[in-house]
Amino acid sequence: MDKIIEILERMHPEVDFNTCNTLIDDKIIDSFDIVTLISELSEEFDVTIPVEEIVPENFNSARAIHALIERLLEDE
Amino acid sequence: MLFTSYEFIMFAAILFVLYYLVPKKFQWMLLLLASYVFYSFAGIRYIAYILATTLSTWLASRMIGKLKDTQAEYLERNKETLSREEKKAYKERTKKRQRLWLVLCMVFNFGILAVLKYSGFVLQNVKSVFNVLSVKNNIPILRFALPLGISFYTFQTMGYIIDVYRDKYPYEKNVFKLALFISFFPQLIQGPISRFDDLKKTLFDEHSFDLKAISFGFQRILWGFFKKLVIADRLLPAVNTIVRNPEEYQGVFVLVGMFFYAIQLYADFTGGIDIAIGVAEIFGVRLTENFERPYFSKSITEYWRRWHITLGTWFREYMFFPISVSKSMLNLSKKCRKLFGDAIGKRIPVYIATIVVWFTTGIWHGAAWNFVVWGLLNCLVILVSQECIPLYQRFHNRFNVQHTFWYRLFQVARTFWLMSFLRTLDCYRDVPTTFRMYASVFTKWNYGKLFGGELLKLGLTVSDYIVLVLAVLLVLYVSLKSRSASFREQLAAKPFAVRYLSYFVLIVSILVFGAYGVGYDASQFIYSQF
Repeated sequence: MDKIIEILERMHPEVDFNTCNTLIDDKIIDSFDIVTLISELSEEFDVTIPVEEIVPENFNSARAIHALIERLLEDE
Repeated sequence: MLFTSYEFIMFAAILFVLYYLVPKKFQWMLLLLASYVFYSFAGIRYIAYILATTLSTWLASRMIGKLKDTQAEYLERNKETLSREEKKAYKERTKKRQRLWLVLCMVFNFGILAVLKYSGFVLQNVKSVFNVLSVKNNIPILRFALPLGISFYTFQTMGYIIDVYRDKYPYEKNVFKLALFISFFPQLIQGPISRFDDLKKTLFDEHSFDLKAISFGFQRILWGFFKKLVIADRLLPAVNTIVRNPEEYQGVFVLVGMFFYAIQLYADFTGGIDIAIGVAEIFGVRLTENFERPYFSKSITEYWRRWHITLGTWFREYMFFPISVSKSMLNLSKKCRKLFGDAIGKRIPVYIATIVVWFTTGIWHGAAWNFVVWGLLNCLVILVSQECIPLYQRFHNRFNVQHTFWYRLFQVARTFWLMSFLRTLDCYRDVPTTFRMYASVFTKWNYGKLFGGELLKLGLTVSDYIVLVLAVLLVLYVSLKSRSASFREQLAAKPFAVRYLSYFVLIVSILVFGAYGVGYDASQFIYSQF
């Protein structure tokens, strides 16, 4: 979780990722950010994030991203 | 059959009466029949194309769905005996077969679109290259007549099959329901490009006569007619005069043309979408909104989130993300990071995907260099803006102006004019002429002519200008009021007299101020030609 927040903070230092749960809904992170994020997450956790997982529910908060990574790692 | 034609009004009126007379379980079937009748007005031979798309997609989605069902059954039956690796291998095998059906379906349908829409353009360019190189050739110049709405229904249908493949929702077993999703007449000509799971919520339901929903639908149709007939069609002669006589109308007139075209296109496209959404609404069907007051955007990326939303969403979900987060792209990014450093490496996927998306967005709008250049210029502006973000942030930190009214107004005006410049590529006959006109804005100082009566030589009279100013102010007022809540809900809360007076004034305005004229022939919606 800390790693994920660290990656997100590098992209948007002004956002409190511990509390924010509307990253997509409030357009805090855009499509460009998502691509950068997926690239960094794939490298950091050695996980493949399939395109069908790019839905707001999976990227609206650091917690949701963490849950996504855990689920994908479990499936692999 | 144009939305603003008398035939369409008669068609919709008859369908409306029948729709609420037939037993409710037959309503969606009636819509299907009506959609095909509507389609046949454009030429009965084109029905073969939409049928081919429907049947091929139904077959492919059925095969993908069956493979998923078989997989689920097999894994459930053998869940105790299969190892994790065996399950994974089985899933991968099934996925491969699903992918084969998806690819076949996409190649077939995008192939039809490509041949009909782009083969002429490609061959013409090949011929030009050969001619330049003085190579003798007999390359024919092909021109196919485009089936109505092919770009829209192909994209919508391919979105459906990709979603089924991605397991977003189950495939539609009933071929007739799928046929209605693809051919539903209000959205056929110029969108919005709907998603199956959104549209099915209301498209196949049984609908009672709901007076509020129906009156809302009629309001929306009236509003669309007002924008199209009073504003867009009235501005058409002025825009045409300027862009068809580039030698005569340069300098300030290019700016006037851009400004008029910005208003015309907005009124035309949003008006058409208002009619589409309103017509669907009177049958109880909800279509996705396609605009969110785009001319109030403060940046070009924001503009593209608010203009033609459903097309932007399509490109993002089915092209931008699949390219940018694909394994090969992430590997390329990794390699580039090692070779050129982090800053360049991490930009690679975004840059490549953005260029591909905007090139495709350009040619989606039309098989011509104007549209290709338009798409790539949009891409360039978006990428440059992206790179400038740190600069903007430094500026905003230094001068705390970003929340002031005047700075926002500046941002809105900057975006409006930037988009208007780019959009002009739609209008002039070719790219070099457009660039000459861009240059003339800065080199030809004829601003004094604006006040010398030249504006009255563009095909618009003083009364036309008065009607236009009042109509645009009304659209602006409604847009501003819609920021907080739905304008129709606000109007519905007003006293009876105010409401009905508004409807009356709107209807009279359309009848009196609509640009009909002698021998009126309703002009095409601009986006119906894409």
